[in-house]
Amino acid sequence: MTSADTAVARPDEAGPPPAGPPAADPGAGDGRGGQAGALTRILRRPALGALLGAVAVFVLFTITDSTPQHLWLTQTGFQAWAQQAAFFGIMAVPVGLLMIGGEFDLSTGGMTGFCAIIMALLVGNEHWNAWAAVAVTFAFGAVVGAVNGIVVTRSGLPSFIVTLATYFVFRGLSVGGVLKVNHGSTSIGLTGTDHPGLKSAKDVFGGSFAHSSGLPVGYQTGILWFAGVTVVAVWVLARTRFGNWVFAVGGDADAARKVGVPVRRTKILLFMTTSTAAALVGVISFLQTNTAVSEQGVGYEFYYIIAAVVGGCLLTGGHGSALGAALGACIIGMALQGVIYSGWDSSWDFTFLGAILFLAVAVNTLTYQRAMRARR
Amino acid sequence: MTTTDDAPMAAPGAAAPALLEADGVGKYFGSVRALSGVSLSVHPGQVTCVLGDNGAGKSTLIKILSGVFTPDEGEVRVDGAAVKFHSPRDALSAGIATVFQDLAMVPLMAIWRNFFLGSEPTKGWGPWRRFDVEAARRRTREGLAAMGIDLRDPDQPVGTLSGGERQSVAIARAVHFGARVLILDEPTSALGVKQAGVVLRRVAQARERGLGVVFITHNPHHAYPVGDRFVVLNRGRLLGDWAKDEIGREDLVRLMSGGAELDALSHELERIPGLEELAPDPAVAPEEQATAAPSEAVHAAPAEAPRAAPEEDG
Repeated sequence: MTSADTAVARPDEAGPPPAGPPAADPGAGDGRGGQAGALTRILRRPALGALLGAVAVFVLFTITDSTPQHLWLTQTGFQAWAQQAAFFGIMAVPVGLLMIGGEFDLSTGGMTGFCAIIMALLVGNEHWNAWAAVAVTFAFGAVVGAVNGIVVTRSGLPSFIVTLATYFVFRGLSVGGVLKVNHGSTSIGLTGTDHPGLKSAKDVFGGSFAHSSGLPVGYQTGILWFAGVTVVAVWVLARTRFGNWVFAVGGDADAARKVGVPVRRTKILLFMTTSTAAALVGVISFLQTNTAVSEQGVGYEFYYIIAAVVGGCLLTGGHGSALGAALGACIIGMALQGVIYSGWDSSWDFTFLGAILFLAVAVNTLTYQRAMRARR
Repeated sequence: MTTTDDAPMAAPGAAAPALLEADGVGKYFGSVRALSGVSLSVHPGQVTCVLGDNGAGKSTLIKILSGVFTPDEGEVRVDGAAVKFHSPRDALSAGIATVFQDLAMVPLMAIWRNFFLGSEPTKGWGPWRRFDVEAARRRTREGLAAMGIDLRDPDQPVGTLSGGERQSVAIARAVHFGARVLILDEPTSALGVKQAGVVLRRVAQARERGLGVVFITHNPHHAYPVGDRFVVLNRGRLLGDWAKDEIGREDLVRLMSGGAELDALSHELERIPGLEELAPDPAVAPEEQATAAPSEAVHAAPAEAPRAAPEEDG
């Protein structure tokens, strides 16, 4: 007897509605006026927590810096943490985009190492032109991402599981495969420097710039790549249709599909972006160091995720910031270098990062809830 | 959309054909008859209310009108010409927009991002082709204003809007994208009294703009103030189709709740001990009680009232 159920269960519809004239009614008729406060606007910015955190961490290490020359505030100090931040940030930014799109990629850390190994094998062992090797590595990255994305969107399996599988496959390949081709050694290095195209490829990916008397070694080009990736990601997210779709597929994929957003294509492209970025990191790291080691990058996927989460990307998708993820990577870079400059045992890195992660998530969640609740 | 009929377009001025018409439509799921022989019409600037209890066939009817289902019997006509919709997209391109209960909006996204989601305006060329953010904001504001909605901050996430405002934005979106017929699927069912009022104003606004509106509800008190025609369904069949001057609010209430059935039920409920708790609680919902029709007051329970209260004082 359904009519009884509905009659009893819906008392709030019993009253007749105010049948007022269909005139314009400010505030959609519920009498709540006023502009959203400036505070609400600021709190709604997902990168806010990361910005405050970065400033706090910078100030902290300015105080605790125990090097005789106070390196933290010199170009040397900046270069040291910026380089680390760049390595994490080139990945953290696309990982953040993917997270906003509602998916995870656990294969990223292992992929950076595996891509470095591909470079090393092609240039070091096979004596390819370095640029051809770069092209193949990028293509490989894109294909792995496409496979991840297609499997996730077609199977409906959680991306956590699918990319965990990818991660283990490549981890095995990067150890077993390398041992096999490389006659029992897990490290592949360049034997000479006269490989074709190597010099120019090194200039682009593994070189340095802005040499000065204060910093004779200069800054690594990886830092420029990090800046570039961040700027493009921020622009894409805020100012393109694709960016709008990224928020939508992570926020509510069903609703997005209903209004015509290509949900699968968007997600596949995001997976391709993270794995192509992993190829970029692999290329940079090989061209900077001339070596690639098995299992290089393994475990880094967590640093990327930490950076993205610290940067305000919601684990459940639909909310976040590329700039925030970049700032998160800066926090990690500063933490790793600052612990050394402070003369602390570097084992404390992990504890420090864990504490930052916890703090950042707590702050982000509180501010986010406050912003979302602003009008309730 | 495929036109299966060469019905001539209406002569201007003459009795115009309905914007959207269903003629004896029916739908079967296996051997279960969900809907049979139901007809209704929607004219420009009119609100046709479809009323019925749960399981009366309202959802099936809507899904036929909005292109989700194709009818197994009868036909659907747009501007007098028979059409066959194969998807909601077909219906949409014929100017028939449906606002389903889930609204198809992403709660975490700003209003203006939601408004144009999937149909984002762009500017620029080649790799510089980009989301025209300024135009999107401006047109969202205009689209909302045109429906009498004044939201202070289009950057606000949709999830922070009240239920009525959210429905209003969804309706404004459908109107902005050129709907001629607006199908609203139970837009007031999850809302408190005030919020329902907000949505009903939107319905009236759409009517004033000359749209045809199909308003699905099981609440005659929501239907009566805005409706021009009332189509009542019962167990998949048409119970009746009345113009506003042919039927009073009380008749509609009785029809809806099944008249004699309801009397028997209220009789039965009075005899169940401990049911006094279900009597309306004036402290919780004075507004509802004061305005409730007598026949409904018996059944008004405070079960949901505490939930409704915070929505109203927000």
